[in-house]
Amino acid sequence: MVTLVPAGPDPAGPDSTASGPTGPGGGSARGRRPGTGRLAALLVSPTLLVLGLVVLYPIISAVRLAFYQRNDGIDPETGLLVQGDRFVGIDNFTDMFTGENADRFLNALTNTTTFTVVAVSIEVVVGVLMALVMHRAFRGRALVRAAILVPWAVPTAIAGLLWRWVFQADGVANDLLPGAPVLWTTDGVQAWFAVVIADTWKTAPFIGLLVLAGLQVISAEIYEAARLDGAGPWRTFFSITLPLVKPTLLVAVLFRTLDTLRMFDLPYTLIGPGKEATDTVTVLAFEEAVKFGKYGPASAYAVVLFVYVALVAFAFVRLLGADVFGTKGRRSR
Amino acid sequence: MILSRRFVLVTATAAALALGASACGSDSGSPAPPQPAALEGVGPISLVTGKDTSGNLQNQVDEWNSAHPDQKVTVIELPEDADAQRQQMVQNAQTRSDAYGVLNLDVVWTAEFAANQWVVPLPEADFPLDKLLPATVETGKYFKRLYAVPITSDGGLLYYRKDLLDAAGLKAPTTWSQLAEACAKVLPTAAGVSCYAGQFEKYEGLTVNFSEAVNSAGGSVVGEDGKPTLDTDAARKGLQFLVDGVKSGLIPQKARTFKEEEGRRAFQAGELLFHRQWPYQYAKASATDGSSAVAGKFAVAPLPGLDGPGASSLGGHNYAVSAFTKNKKTAVDFIKYSASEEQQRKNLEKTSQAPTWSALYDEADLVTKFPYLTQLKKSIEGATKRPGVVKYQEVSRAIQEAAYGAMSGDTPVDDALKSLQGKLEALTK
Amino acid sequence: MRWRYLGIAAIVVYCLAPFYWMLVSSLRRTSDIFDSGPLPDPVSLESYRAAFATGNGFLRALLNSFVVAGVTTAVVLLVATFAGYALARLEFRGKYVVLALIIATSMFPGISLLVPLLELFSGIGWINTYQAMIVPSVGCVLPLAVWNLTAFFRQMPLELEEAAQIDGCTPAGAFRRVILPLAAPGVFTTAIITFIAAWNEFIIALSVVNKNELKTAPVITSQFTGTTSFDSPFGTQMAAGVIVTIPLVVLVLLFQRRIVAGLTAGGVK
Repeated sequence: MVTLVPAGPDPAGPDSTASGPTGPGGGSARGRRPGTGRLAALLVSPTLLVLGLVVLYPIISAVRLAFYQRNDGIDPETGLLVQGDRFVGIDNFTDMFTGENADRFLNALTNTTTFTVVAVSIEVVVGVLMALVMHRAFRGRALVRAAILVPWAVPTAIAGLLWRWVFQADGVANDLLPGAPVLWTTDGVQAWFAVVIADTWKTAPFIGLLVLAGLQVISAEIYEAARLDGAGPWRTFFSITLPLVKPTLLVAVLFRTLDTLRMFDLPYTLIGPGKEATDTVTVLAFEEAVKFGKYGPASAYAVVLFVYVALVAFAFVRLLGADVFGTKGRRSR
Repeated sequence: MILSRRFVLVTATAAALALGASACGSDSGSPAPPQPAALEGVGPISLVTGKDTSGNLQNQVDEWNSAHPDQKVTVIELPEDADAQRQQMVQNAQTRSDAYGVLNLDVVWTAEFAANQWVVPLPEADFPLDKLLPATVETGKYFKRLYAVPITSDGGLLYYRKDLLDAAGLKAPTTWSQLAEACAKVLPTAAGVSCYAGQFEKYEGLTVNFSEAVNSAGGSVVGEDGKPTLDTDAARKGLQFLVDGVKSGLIPQKARTFKEEEGRRAFQAGELLFHRQWPYQYAKASATDGSSAVAGKFAVAPLPGLDGPGASSLGGHNYAVSAFTKNKKTAVDFIKYSASEEQQRKNLEKTSQAPTWSALYDEADLVTKFPYLTQLKKSIEGATKRPGVVKYQEVSRAIQEAAYGAMSGDTPVDDALKSLQGKLEALTK
Repeated sequence: MRWRYLGIAAIVVYCLAPFYWMLVSSLRRTSDIFDSGPLPDPVSLESYRAAFATGNGFLRALLNSFVVAGVTTAVVLLVATFAGYALARLEFRGKYVVLALIIATSMFPGISLLVPLLELFSGIGWINTYQAMIVPSVGCVLPLAVWNLTAFFRQMPLELEEAAQIDGCTPAGAFRRVILPLAAPGVFTTAIITFIAAWNEFIIALSVVNKNELKTAPVITSQFTGTTSFDSPFGTQMAAGVIVTIPLVVLVLLFQRRIVAGLTAGGVK
């Protein structure tokens, strides 16, 4: 009988899924000393303060804008625009789903979703592979690590240029591929692929690095125990490694998902705005606001995207395990 | 509990801040009538522009600064990309920041900046407008008022491979059918050369090329009264030229990914017989350092049209005065200085950017140095202004939508133009 | 064994091929930048000279980037370590609300926050200051840093600090002497993530600063031009990209060493 849950002194790992959930509040028996609350407040408040100032305040003012529209009239004599905004209730939101831009919006929402599902899945697989490679001891490991981190360290603004260069009609991608040149940057499924390729290249190392850090707190003894128990490499990976890195992996995946749902740079710089195959909701919001000066509808897009992202994050936490929240009881053994 | 109370506090403070702040700096109030006369305030200002490519701008500014030590001009450089430049200027205007003084505006931005009162009307009498090319002065006007003074201009030219046409005994085409005939005659003997390209990627360049096609077929995008005129026979013929070009292969497939630079590379590599392009390509394609395969083998002509020479879209840049700068008098004086014949001549010599000072196009030594000037003047004089509407960006996007869809074969020409007409009517009403 | 090396090789090629192309392009002459050969021929430093040309202020921009990213990283680490520790190790009411709130702030599209932020900063006179670039960067990375550190602190065995406290350490002392060294891999990883994110930040730095002396490297790079306004100086931009990327990789490698060192020194058993 192979027992993979180590019996020795508690390793530095979290709960492995093998031990089963013990329900929230498992750790509540400990640590609640008088003054803990005050200490916690002291420690957490700087974070809340910073976020309140630079994120929450703009969010609130953006949300407020979502219920306004610019006055549209032009003075027939001077051609000057009537100044000011007017309150339009939820018009910006209903327009989004039923108005003339509804097709564009729903299409962008679909693109956003497919980008996220596909790109993040690929990134997880590649990223975990990268972490496993970086974790191994072998000759030249430092160089391999450096190589893996390069894509991520290339500034996003420049990565967009680089990929545009690679994917242009007479670029190196078409030189390497057989057959007629693919017009990557025109509208169509090939443009969608170009974005996915560039995005996975750029961000898989991020997952790799986080998972690597998670791997490094797993003590060698667990692997030793598994080996003594006769577990093969696959079994070891799925029964030990994966459960033990799960908390860090989940944080990495969660944040990558949030980021990809808000993807902007690559579709914008690599393919260009206004393309059916690659416009994301953020690209739409940016165009509406910055290009067309319609801050109301743009904020409404942002708000809807925010709700969508929040739902996804909620579902994510629900489906993939409360580990993300740390609600799973900690063994106090 | 302490924590949640603290959180409530933070949220409440943030909310209070948010409600106090006005939306995008647009305080309500009726539009005040513009007062072109009273531009006051003397002192340091900034000149906001895309990157100074030649270094000549800094020379101009230095010269000004040494003559006006207490009205110093500082150059604020914005990103190279036009959209990003506009974004920065708009943001600054929305926050009513006085950081920006003189704005270097693309010709198509005038209406938007004027209608939003981000730039002030200028006293026409202060500028030598009668010495400038009339078409360029029009781009600085909105509702008959001058808001911006043209500093540089730009017009499209037809670049063609003179060597290949000469060998076939042909002259530069003046109509589209001549262009197609020339290709039919030349291309079979010239391997790897395609017929024609312009700027067909889905961006502002496509708006330029579409408008040129419509104008060159005798139509217009927007009529005299500011209303769209695209549901017309001429407009259909214009768009049909581009659509048929792609379908028949006269326009190579990959040209649908061309902006200015992609097209220039193709032309310089000898892959194109005809190329619609701005004057800047002339010097680059003439380079003899090995970067251009067509140096000495090409020439320029006016754009061809349906029944005769076509009409270019007008490009270029104008200087305007930000409504939020304190030193408006200095700004006006600096614009006057920049638009002067002397500065424009220097700028042409240093940067080869097209001037707006009419007489410079006819100076013999300049024409020798820049052989395309004569054709360029014709192109600019006959050029059509792109629609001078407040919602220009949306109009342009709608045009790109229609033209791109039609050229990729997704929408029939008739449908594309009908729906475009509808969209533009809504945007210009 | 062979498969593993094949896998390693595949990953390295995948990561490096586009960067290699960037390097090669940056080493070509402007006139043959469109070549598609695998090696620059001849090798030219023209693009690098152009990137560092005095008018560009690229060196100064690199320095600015270091200041902005460095301060951001320091602040984020300090603030996030506190919060992460409290969220992982202390029991208090409203903990999950705080966690949810923190993550919620990274669900809003950043682009939409630009104009309100700009208004705020113009209002308080922060335009053309370092803090106008640093504070938003801190705000953007903080949620990830807090979450990541929380996950790490939670992985530490509780017994350690209990033992330390029994040995006479104050809670703060236990945190500093026992927990922090153990969490080193997580802290350093977070540091790297923060640094890179701040280093690559573009749109805010572009909007809140208009003095050339204060611009960061990505912003300056976006302002490189060729000889005309249509001409995008690809070689120069790629050279800048290489210059901006390499210090980061070196830095990361140094940190990597610390991660391993922290691990062995910490004595996780």
